[in-house]
Parts: sequence; C-alpha cells; structure tokens
Amino acid sequence: MIHSLFLVNSSGDIFLEKHWKSVVSRSVCDYFFEAQERASEPENVAPVIPTPHHYLISVYRHKIFFVAVIQSEVPPLFVIEFLHRVVDTFQDYFGVCSEAAVKDNVVVVYELLEEMLDNGFPLATESNILKELIKPPTILRTVVNTITGSTNVGEQLPTGQLSVVPWRRTGVKYTNNEAYFDVVEEIDAIIDKSGSTVTAEIQGVVDASVKLTGMPDLTLSFVNPRLLDDVSFHPCVRFKRWEAERILSFIPPDGNFRLLSYHVSSQNLVAIPVYVKHSISFREGSSLGHFEITIGPKQTMGKAVEGVLVTSQMPKAVLNMNLTCTQGAYTFDPVTKMLSWDVGKINPQKLPSLKGSMSLQTGASKPDENPTINIQCKIQQLALSGLKVNRLDMYGEKYKPFKGIKYMTKAGKFQVRT
Amino acid sequence: MSAGSAYNDEKGGSSNTGEPEYGHDPASGGIFSSDYKRHDDLKEMLDSNKDSLKLEAMKRIVAMIARGKNASDLFPAVVKNVACKNIEVKKLVYVYLVRYAEEQQDLALLSISTFQRGLKDPNQLIRASALRVLSSIRVTIIVPIMMLAIKEAASDMSPYVRKTAAHAIPKLYSLDPDQKDQLIEVIEKLLADKTTLVAGSVVMAFEEVCPERIDLIHKNYRKLCNLLIDVEEWGQVVIINMLTRYARTQFLNPNHNESLLEESAEKAFYGSDEEETEEKDEKEEVAALAKRKPYVMDPDHRLLLRNTKPLLQSRNAAVVMAVAQLYFHLAPKAEVGVIAKAQVRLMRSHSEVQYVVLQNVATMSIKRRGMFEPYLKSFYIRSTDPTLIKVLKLEVLTNLANETNISTILREFQTYIKSMDKDFVAASIQAIGRCATNIGEVRDTCLNGLVQLLSNRDELVVAESVVVIKKLLQMQPAQHSDIIKHMAKLTDNIQVPMARASILWLIGEYCEHVPKIAPDVLRKMAKSFTNEEDIVKLQIINLAAKLYLTNSKQTKLLTQYVLNLAKYDQNYDIRDRARFIRQLIVPTEKSGVLSKYAKKLFLALKPAPVFESPFKDRDHFQLGSLSHLLNAKATGYQELPAWPGMAPDPSVRNVEVKEAVPEWTRCSSREKRKEKVEKPFYSDSEGESGPTESADSESELPSEMESGGGSESEEGGSGSGSEESDEGSESGKEKKKKPEKIKVRKTLPESAESEQSGEEEKSVRKRKERKASSESSSEEEEESSSESSSSESESEEESESEPETKKKKKISLSKPAPKLPKKEISLLDLDDFIPTPSPQVTPINNIVSNSLATDLQGLSLTDSALSPTMISPSFSSVKTYELLHRITGEGLAVEYCFSRQPYSLDPHMVAVQIQFSNNTDTEAKSLRIQEPKLMSGMRMQEFPEIEVLAPGETVTVVMGIDFCDSTQAANFQLCTQTRKFYVSIQPPVGELMMPVFMSENEFKKEQGHLMGMNEINEKLTMGEKCQSDHAIVQRVTSAANLSRVPCGSDREYRFAAKTVASGSLVLVTVVTKEGMAAQLTVNCEKMVIGTMLVKDILQALSQ
Repeated sequence: MIHSLFLVNSSGDIFLEKHWKSVVSRSVCDYFFEAQERASEPENVAPVIPTPHHYLISVYRHKIFFVAVIQSEVPPLFVIEFLHRVVDTFQDYFGVCSEAAVKDNVVVVYELLEEMLDNGFPLATESNILKELIKPPTILRTVVNTITGSTNVGEQLPTGQLSVVPWRRTGVKYTNNEAYFDVVEEIDAIIDKSGSTVTAEIQGVVDASVKLTGMPDLTLSFVNPRLLDDVSFHPCVRFKRWEAERILSFIPPDGNFRLLSYHVSSQNLVAIPVYVKHSISFREGSSLGHFEITIGPKQTMGKAVEGVLVTSQMPKAVLNMNLTCTQGAYTFDPVTKMLSWDVGKINPQKLPSLKGSMSLQTGASKPDENPTINIQCKIQQLALSGLKVNRLDMYGEKYKPFKGIKYMTKAGKFQVRT
Repeated sequence: MSAGSAYNDEKGGSSNTGEPEYGHDPASGGIFSSDYKRHDDLKEMLDSNKDSLKLEAMKRIVAMIARGKNASDLFPAVVKNVACKNIEVKKLVYVYLVRYAEEQQDLALLSISTFQRGLKDPNQLIRASALRVLSSIRVTIIVPIMMLAIKEAASDMSPYVRKTAAHAIPKLYSLDPDQKDQLIEVIEKLLADKTTLVAGSVVMAFEEVCPERIDLIHKNYRKLCNLLIDVEEWGQVVIINMLTRYARTQFLNPNHNESLLEESAEKAFYGSDEEETEEKDEKEEVAALAKRKPYVMDPDHRLLLRNTKPLLQSRNAAVVMAVAQLYFHLAPKAEVGVIAKAQVRLMRSHSEVQYVVLQNVATMSIKRRGMFEPYLKSFYIRSTDPTLIKVLKLEVLTNLANETNISTILREFQTYIKSMDKDFVAASIQAIGRCATNIGEVRDTCLNGLVQLLSNRDELVVAESVVVIKKLLQMQPAQHSDIIKHMAKLTDNIQVPMARASILWLIGEYCEHVPKIAPDVLRKMAKSFTNEEDIVKLQIINLAAKLYLTNSKQTKLLTQYVLNLAKYDQNYDIRDRARFIRQLIVPTEKSGVLSKYAKKLFLALKPAPVFESPFKDRDHFQLGSLSHLLNAKATGYQELPAWPGMAPDPSVRNVEVKEAVPEWTRCSSREKRKEKVEKPFYSDSEGESGPTESADSESELPSEMESGGGSESEEGGSGSGSEESDEGSESGKEKKKKPEKIKVRKTLPESAESEQSGEEEKSVRKRKERKASSESSSEEEEESSSESSSSESESEEESESEPETKKKKKISLSKPAPKLPKKEISLLDLDDFIPTPSPQVTPINNIVSNSLATDLQGLSLTDSALSPTMISPSFSSVKTYELLHRITGEGLAVEYCFSRQPYSLDPHMVAVQIQFSNNTDTEAKSLRIQEPKLMSGMRMQEFPEIEVLAPGETVTVVMGIDFCDSTQAANFQLCTQTRKFYVSIQPPVGELMMPVFMSENEFKKEQGHLMGMNEINEKLTMGEKCQSDHAIVQRVTSAANLSRVPCGSDREYRFAAKTVASGSLVLVTVVTKEGMAAQLTVNCEKMVIGTMLVKDILQALSQ
C-alpha cells in the first residue's frame, strides 16, 4: 500500500525518507515540489498528486509535509488517516513534531515507522503498543542510556499486540490512581454583517487522562446524553451499551486518549458566546480608511471569556494600520496584511475596543470586500451545549480512584463577516 | 584512530542538545574524515564486542539511511550483527538489511539462517518477527524458503504469527508472481481463520494477490461480516471495500425499482396503474412481471449492512468513509441517509480529510441530494478555508440547491463573490450560473446579479460573469436584448480573451435582437482584428459571417475586410476558417448548393449548454477510492461490478455445520425449497434464486387464503378474521399477481385440498418457523424496506414466522397431493421433535439453541463483550444480558438471554439460555451452579455441569427458573473448579409470559372479565420511529413475549399472553389516535405484572 514516505520541510528539502518496499527514488518528489510551487499557500497543495508511475498523497502539519508514495489503488483517506496517526505518534513521543525534533530523534522515528507499517500496511498504530515496543525518549532515559548503554527498545516482547484489549498495556501500576476527563467544546460559527448567526454548531470532545492500576472497567454516564447528535468513539468504548443505555462503558487505554468526539447539530439553537461590533470603511479616492471593532460577551452563562484573540486578513490595498486599543496589544504585518489583536480577558464592564485608521495604497481603488474577523476565545468551567457528566464508576479493581472532570468551551472556526 | 575516539569526537560535535544528533552526517562533521575513513570507523565499531559501540554505529548508519545517503558498502560489517544479543542493535540491523538486501543479494543470504532459526523459536513474537524480516528481504533466491516459511506460519498456533504470514503473502507475490497459485492456497486457508487478528491482514493479501477470486469469499462471507466490528481499524477498511465488491456480484440491486422508474418514467409500476399497464401490453407482461417482483433483500446482504453500520461511529476517517461508500453502493435508497451525518462529522477533521470527503460528498450529492440537504449549512464556506476546500464546498452547495433553499444559497454566494480569493470568486460565479440553469425560478435574479458584476473592477470577475451570462442567455435570448446591448458596450473595456470571444459570439448569434449595434461592434473589431487573440479572431470571423447573412447590406464590406485580414493571418486555423467561410457565404459561380444553406448552417438553433457538475457520473468508480478522486483509473483498481440481473445462488455462502442452525436453517431450507422448486409449477421463476422466490411465494399466499376463506373481497380491505392481518396492505401486490394466481390455481387443482390439511399443519409449521427466527427480523426489515407500499401491518409474531410459513405452505400446496404427506414429514423431521401442545405457539426449542451454540463455537471472538453482535443475526429480537463479565470472570465470560421458548422439563419455568465463553488460554473445568438463593416459591432447574470448556470455546446451556411471576432476581453462585462468582439473573417482566393464541371474540370476552382493578390505562405519545404499524407491533412484541391477536380496526393492536408460572392471562391493547397519541390498555389479573408491563411497553413505544 504505502511504498515510501518522505518528510519535506517548507523550504522544499527532503530531510527523511523511509521505504517499506523497493526503494523509490527521491526524484519522485519533484512532482510534489512543482505542486508546492504552484500553490500560493502550503495548505493549497493538493493532497493527492498523480505522477506517471506513482501517486503522492501528502498531509501538511507542523510546517512539515508528509509525502507518502503509493503505486496502486488504495483509499486516499486510508493513507491520509495513517499519516496523521504518524504525526500524532511523533507528537506523543517527542512533545512536538518539528523538523528539529525528527532530526534529533531520527533513530526512534525510524524504529517507529518500521513498527507502524509492514510492507506498507499498518501494523501497530496504537500508542500503547508502540510505547511498549519503543520507549519514548526522556531526558532522564537519554542520560541513563548514554551511561549504561541500555536502549530505548523495550526488553519485553510486545504482548499488548496479542491481547483482547490491544489498546491497553498490561501490568500497569500507579501509586496514585487517577482519572481525569476534559469536556472540551468548540463552537464553529459564521456571523453575518448584521450580527445574526448564519450557521453555528458545536463540536465537542471528551479527552481523558487515565492513570489507573490493573484492568479497570469504567462507565461514564451523562446527565443529558440526548444532546449528542453524532458521536465517534475510541475503539475501547462498547458500542452496544451506548446504543442501549447511552452509557460509555470501556476499559481505558493507559494515559491520554480521546474517548469520544461528538457533534451538537446546528438544528439546536447554539448560544453564541461573544459578539463583535464593527465599523470598517474605505472611502473612494481617499487614502485613509476607518477601522473600529468592539468585542463583548454575549451568552456565557455568567462565565468570564478569556484568551480572546482577534485576527483578520486585511485587503491587499491596506498599507498600514494606525490603531489604539483599550486593552491588550495588536500587531499588523504589512507583508501578509494580517491584523492580530491579543485581547485577553473580556471585562463586561469595560468592553475592549480597537480603533483607528488604515492607510491605503494611493491611487488604488477602494477594496470592494471587507475583511472577515476570526475570533478565538476560551471559557473555563462551561460546556456551551449544556452537556454534563453524571458519574464515573469503576469496576474490576478494588482501589478508589481519584476522579476529576473539567469543562471548557473554545471558539473553533468562529468568523464574523463584515 | 581508535573506534572509541571516533565515537567521542562525534559526540563532542553534537552533544549540545544533550543527546547525540544522529541525523548529523558524520562526513560533514570534519574535513579530516574522508568517505573511506568514516566507514572504516563504523566498521571498527561494528566489529567491536561492545554492544554500546555497535549500537552507536548502527544508529549512525540508520541516520544515514534516513537522510538518503548510501551506506551499502557497510553491508558485510552490518550483516554479521544480525544475531546480536542486544535487541535494539538487532532491530536496527533488520532495518538496514531490509533496505539493502535487494542490492547485495549474495551477502544477504548470510543472514537467512538466523531467521530460519527464529522461525522455530518457541516464542510466538520471535517467530513472527523472524518471518516478517525474512519475507521483507527481497532476494529471489530465497523464494522457496519464504514459501515454506509462510505455509508453515499459516498453520501456526499463534494468531499473531498467522497474521504475519498473511502480511508476508503480498511481499512474496511482488517478489515472484509465479507463486500465485500456491499463495492462493495459503490465502484460502487463512481466510478460513476465525480470529479477528488475522482477518484484516488476509483480506489485504487477498486484495493484492487474487482480487478476482471472489469465490474464495463465499464461505467466509458471514464470518467476515460478524467479525468486522472487532477487526483492527485498518483491516476494517480493506474488508469493507472488498465486501462492497463482493456484494455487488452476489446480491440484487435493492434500488432496482427506483432505477426502473428512472428508465421509464411514463410507466407507473405501482398501485392502481398496475392493471392498466398490464392491460396495455400483455406482451411485456412476462418480462415486466419478473422485474416487478417485490424485492426481498438477501439476509446476507442485510447482515452486511447491519454489521457495518456501527462503524460509522469509528474515530478513523477511512473506516467511516468505507462504510459510507458501502451504503452508497449497496443500501436501499431509504437507508443511505445514515451516512450523511458521519460524513459531515468528518469535515471537521484535517483539511486533507475534508478534501477527500468533500470529493465524495460532491459525487453522492448529485445522486442523492436529499441526504445532505439537512446539513446544508455545514458546507458554508469560511474565509480561512484553503481554496481547494472552498471550491469543493461550492460544488456541493450547488448540487444541493433546489427551489426551497436557493434563496439562502444565493445569499451565501453573494458573500463569496466579494472574497479576496479571486479563483474562488470565479468558481462562485460559475456556481451561480449552474444554479440559474438548474432552477428556473431564480434565473432572472441570477442574471441580474451577474450583470451587476459586469461593472466589477476586477477583470477576472467580469470575464467569468460574461462567460456565464453568455451560457444563460442562450437559454432564453429573446427577453434579454438589453443585456446583450450592455455586453456589447463592454467590448471596449474587457481585455480577457475568453470574455471578448463570448460577447462576440452572443452578438453574432442574436444579431437580430440588436440589429443596430451588431454592425458597429463588427466595425470596431475589424479595426482591432490584428491585435486580438486567436479565439477572439475566430469569433470575429463568425460574427462577420453571421452578419453578412442577415444584414449583408451594411456589413458586406466589413466582412470582406475581415476575411482578407484573416486570409493572411499567422495562425492556420484562422486562415482555414476564413477560407471555409468565404466559400460558404460569398456566392460565386463555382459555389454549389452549400451556399444556399449557409444561413441554416450558421444560424441554426443551437441547444442551450448544460452546466454539468464535474462530479457527474463519477460514481461508476467505487467511492472513496483513489480512482474516484482522480477521476481516472488507478493501477490496480478493481472495477465495481454492476448488479447482477439475477442473484447467484446464495447457498454458496452456507457453511457446513453438523446440525441445522438457525442462521443457516433458512438457507438449508431454502436449498430444499429449491430442489422442490425446480418443478413445472415454478417454470416461470426457474433459475431464480431463493430470495426472489420467497418474494413471489409470499405474495401469492393471499390467493390461497382467498380460495380457502372465500370471504375476502378482491380488493382485500382489511384482512379481518384472518390471522394474516397484513393481507389488506398487500392487496396492491395481490392485484399485481392476479394473472399469475390464476395460473396457479389452474396448475394446482389440489390446492384446496391441501389448504384444509394446511390448517392443522399451520401451527406445526409455525413452530418450526420459529426456529428459523434467524432471518425473521432481517426478513421483516427487508420486506418493509423493499415494499413500496410501505405500511405492512404484520405483527412481529407473524412476521417472524410468516415468510417461512408462507413459503412452506406454498411448497406444500404446490406439490401434487399424493406427495404431500411425505414432504410434510421431510419438512417436519428437519427440526420438529416436540409434540405440539394445542394452538399455543411454541417458540424456538432447545435443540436449535444448542446448535446455535455449536455454530458460535466456530467463531472464536477475541472480544466476547461484543458477542451479542454475533448472536444478533439469529436472535435479533432477543436481548442478551451479561451475567459475568470477561474481566471479573478472569477470562470466563457468561451471558444469558431469554430465548422465549418453553422450558421442556417444567412448563412453569422460564427458559434462560446461558452462554459461556472461555477467553483464557487454559481450560475452564466443571462449570456448575451452587447455592441458589431464591425468594420463597422460586425454583430453579440447573443446567448439567459442563466438564471442560477449552480455551476459546463457547458453549451454550439452558436452565429453567420459576420466577413465580415476579421480577425478583434469582441469585446463585457460578462455580468453576477454582473460583466462585456471585451472579444474579433478573428477568424483565415481558419475559415472564408466553404467547397465547386467541380470536378477536375470545379476546373481547376475556377482556370483559378483567375490568376494573385489573385494567390499567395509560396515554402515551408514540416515538418518532414508531409510526408504522409494523414498528408498533415489533416494539411491543420485543418488549414482552406476546402474540398478536387479529383485530378488525386498523388503529387497534391487540396482544395476548399468559404468565408462565400461574398461567394468568395478560391482554394488551394499543389504540393509536390522531397525531402521535395512543392509548395503552393492559388487562391482567396480576396487578404488579400489569403495572410493570405498562411501563415497559410505554417505554418501548415512546422511544
């Protein structure tokens, strides 16, 4: 299936190659570079590029292109999903997935890739199994290894691969048994010029960090499971129980994992946490434009809106912006024409605003479009959809685990058209 | 320089990160180390006897490989270390070996013996890893060794090794395709493997080596379907894709009727038009009859759909997509909708995933627009989306546009036109054009909007608008001469060649609408002719020619001037065109007949262009495939076969088991049926497969009923008095079948006779059908889905038994009378052992459930928690409860279900079917029950002790519990040789009864006795999914073990049963009212039972 993998940085250098079948010359990437040049942005490079003898399927993450070379028919999503899984694994192992991190850990990377694919077909992609096979490098272990000459490769054989719960390591032991769950919701919305909602939907995830000894069997129930319109599960969740009782019953993997992601549809009314008042105008013939935005909390259930960041791609004709803000700091990049305003926490008594003038290219006609405003923000201790965890029970083990649950709402793709 | 110092040097150079930077090329580190020298260092390190040095050297070598540097000259030094004790060194050596073995074939052979030794290792993981590396070495010489190793590993005890063997198959195949035949044998063997670990890998091997050998799948089809949910995610993708292809070759098109309708829209195939059609063309009757046969889905087809559906919830986008394409290609139209939601969910994922999903959505949305309409807003475009995504979303939005949502969509499009991304703006304009062509009502609005764009500052926008307007105007030019005028004015400003050409063409084509302007435009163009682009020049010539023909007085000279200019043009196309046109339009003495027709040639009415989606007809590629994405066949793409006209023999999927098992009973009985079926009576449907037959037999049944009962009107009405209450709704079908029926009667004079005897046999058969409950639910689902006249008022009871009953009945009817008894016996001896106790319905008996167990034994699941899915095909209406979880039971999983069969040893006991599965790798011994703690009056009949349960085995036993008509739990200890587990069985109230047959009058009479305190009334609102009669009946009967009582009114449903222990009657009536409201009445002597039952049924109905 997957023949080879090339890692390409944004300047177009191949800094890692791995072949699972016969070696494919790296010149095959020339087709990719061509496409890369044609595309204005890295995101615009087509994920699937046909070449005379091969097909290149690539994903772009962390400023690295992961280019897989395939030779025959295979579902493109299969490859894309796998590549993303590779990136996730790297991130899991090295904390970040950057060119430097990959280069520093090239041997571990190679060992990982070797285990993840066999003859181009995914073999072990479960993080728990991989960690049993190859230990993630930590500073301590690196030091110890250099001194003692021991290795990163697990001494034990990966029995996890044979288990009925392949996602869980065997023989897990902790002194503090704890299970934490984060309910994180992201709201995607488009707000039109007049402030009314064009579309809004909530995408949520339940991320878990479970450090429990032995083989615990957990059940997690919600107060209002009917809210969840569409769900996808970690393979550990017993689908039947969910269907029948709307209860999440599972033997958790060890460590961090995404238990559930869900969707609250746009059919339900979605509360919009913030509003933006804006007045952006360009005058015909004048080289100055007026810019003013104010941001305020809307439906936040009394919780504070934090970490607000406003970004906006200004039209090409804008040369510079001269603004003052009542709170936070703003930057304008005259090259990319990107305005970004780091607001921080919104104080409902004193709404933050940003206003001033824009200088336009002289002679250029007035831009006919207004920029869209993208907003990022966070609200702690609130799941906007109203989803609430009812209780978490543990079976199969004797001890009493420490349980914790955290809610958070974030703005996902939140856009205001002006 | 010693190895040690080299090592240190290297370290010193790159230790700033706190760790040696292996990616650092040693060669670039110092000028002093030449290529030779460097490799000498490494060789020395590899030769040393310190593992740490070896490891260091290997790390550096691997770093070189990773960077694409050649390290092949180190091969001899590296290969020596293949047997190194250090596991990491060993792994890195493997990496090196696999990379370079192809180039250094001879030297690679040195390592082979190590792997051969590894293949014999007692540890399964070492065996697997040895096989993995051995098969990865691409050296032709070792092909026989590999072949041998694969064959051996394929019959290894460990499933992990077998999985590795499956992985090795495609490797060997790519190395030496001549081994294909032998490899197919191995694949065949591995396909029969029953573990989830192997399934995905072997199907992958199958796809790479012999995708055309679809016959290998037959026997494993059901197993693959059942295992699917437990297979690892990558394997799921491969299996689903393969099964899609398989299903296309084996089953009938569930949307056949739909496609028929599409083909001949004027012909109505349903309802009352039926008769007319038939009368009209008797000739086509036979052919049409075959087509019109109500479609009944093959149970295997249903199995596939049912077992893949939960996977839509997978976190893996590829799995979701695979299921989505399966549903798109295989599911009946009404069921395809479920995939939309999951696909919309995927759109939240990474942009690459979005890109692929949107491509597929674009294709799907053309064929099944309704599916995505509710999610319209999810396709709205954000300014931050990459252009690729924007364009695809636009495509989807355009496909989804219809009369109702067009205004919202157009409002969105207006925003898009203002975007900064000009490519996207151009695409938006085209999208508006497409909406305008497709939806007549908004054409004028769109046109006006586009005309406004003509004054846009951006030339690209204007040009794109011109092109789109041109196409739109072509559809109704007469009303828009002012727009044409407006566009004529634009020629002065617009420079984009395509736009200029479009305007010129428009003016030429509709010059009669703008008689004054056209010659002037030609004048201007003639002036600038030499400076124009080629496409513009061609259009100028065209314009000139057309004007010459309509208005030669004004334009003669201009035309000649233009043609003269063109005559000397550099481009030969233009010269050619000029010459050709001159000959045509300028009458000379030589010019023949053609010039007479010049006007017709040039000013012929041209058909308006059709805006077509680039995704139209892409669905002939399997969705989700690379070929679909590229819209071109990729290497190795397996065509998605067209549906077969007639289903191939479904019995090929039967797996031989000793006893007739519910799941397969149907098939075996079907086979039997077939044998009998090949008789003159069936001549018209001969060669047809089971499902089709079952379909027509079913629809013929009412005729028998009629002939017997005689009281039924032809129109059917509601089948009051008869137990087949579905007759009424089948009346439509009945009509269809009329001619056939008559034939039937003619050929079967004995039918009346058999009808009489049939009455008593019915009950017998009924019971027998119970056993075939495996297909019951699938059958009924199929029916409801395939029936165009949706509402079928079959009770669950009946539907469970009916299809088969009917079939058998028909068989018995179809047979000449003398044969009848014998056949009956043959039918009976198949599964009837227990004498029938009067008119009571006796459900599934022990033997069958046991045989089910034996069947299940065959499929060793790795995750027993999911085994209900396994049972579901056979007991879809039976809920399984967990008695002992696999984890608490230390590998022993126990589940129980209420099989709704009478407990043969004691009629007052409820039969509980218990299934043990041993998931450990040791034998579980002497499984038995101890110390039952029962409430007073309760009794328990234990199952016989199970001596030994081998690892991976599953066994099913039946025990009886007399619950004394209470829902108190029965507590007891479940003992193995070593352990005791406290468990309890608590019955739902609905399981404490057994169905009773009674007539409507009896029911009323009994109900009369049970008034007052014994009657409980409750109002309820029906759940959304509970609309059809069928659903109501099904819900009620699955909530409690009731049997349907026939009823005259179609808004009323009656059910009856009596409690197992005391035999008290339980009568249930559901009356539906306006809207979703309904009234539930339960009459029962035992008030507690009554109250609880009301609660259960309420819940079942209001869900």
